[in-house]
Amino acid sequence: MEASINMVLLTLMAIVVIGIVRQRNMFGVVVLAGIYSFLMASVLIVLDAVDVAMTEASVGAGVSTVFLLAALHHTKSLEQRPKTPPLLPLLVVLGVGAVLVWGTIGLSPFGTPDAIIHKHVAPKYLADSIKETMVPNVVTSVLADYRGYDTLGETTVIFTAGIGVMLLLRGASRRRTKKTERGDGKAGGEQAA
Amino acid sequence: MKTDLVLRVGVKLILPFMLLFALYVQFHGELGPGGGFQAGVIAAGMIILYALVFGLTAAKRVAPQAIVERMIPLGVLIYAGTGLAGLLTGANFLDYSRLAHDPPHGHEYGIFAVELGVLITVSSTMVAIFYAFVERGR
Repeated sequence: MEASINMVLLTLMAIVVIGIVRQRNMFGVVVLAGIYSFLMASVLIVLDAVDVAMTEASVGAGVSTVFLLAALHHTKSLEQRPKTPPLLPLLVVLGVGAVLVWGTIGLSPFGTPDAIIHKHVAPKYLADSIKETMVPNVVTSVLADYRGYDTLGETTVIFTAGIGVMLLLRGASRRRTKKTERGDGKAGGEQAA
Repeated sequence: MKTDLVLRVGVKLILPFMLLFALYVQFHGELGPGGGFQAGVIAAGMIILYALVFGLTAAKRVAPQAIVERMIPLGVLIYAGTGLAGLLTGANFLDYSRLAHDPPHGHEYGIFAVELGVLITVSSTMVAIFYAFVERGR
């Protein structure tokens, strides 16, 4: 049952991706990307990763769609046709895809409980989380406590990204207004003189 | 800003539930799925939806830009401050064991404070980026 739901969702995602590649209208691309994120969130729910599904639905489909639409407002909304057929990018993508598929051959079958990653620290977290932190949701205790350094880093990354975007978008316009203000002042002064 | 009546009334009905859901995701994150990051994005989504329908000026009355921009470093400071508090109590950085009378409670409080920091930084960053994008178009 789970496998067939996943198959349907992944097929739909592949169709959406083909749509994104073929679409020249950027508005259509943004909307399709939102649909892709919702499908991805559904896949993650089927995989029982509800936390990640929530993030994907709210960030991928919600906020980033709004950001992309806002960015679209400042650019042209029609993608130009490439001048030459994109053969080199196609080769690179096919090569990387082949390497990734080759890499999955070495992984243990999906969902096996005795895969290597489930035998390192996960059993300790599952056994001791409630005793040590009084937090029943192990995901929360791993993120905020056992792996607190990583989450501090993530928060700092978000902080840095926000500051960077604000500097890029606001810095230029603020400088421009300051310059015009100064120009106006000078003009006024000259008039007075 | 003049938008469709149905849209305005519908959004007004949805907004409080969005905020409630964000707070639920934040404070119920210990028991169910969710946490600071998801709650932050949902809370920011509420402000952004409000701005989309009622305009930027109305949204800035709800979430003033100066406050939003100060909240971005504040969340990181709360997170790192919780880590430093652990250091001051004689434990390691980000070790919450001695924040309360016994280690499990200390960890519970530490996780709560840290998640609050994540919520503040994530929500304010999203709203600040949105403000920056919209203002540039003017």
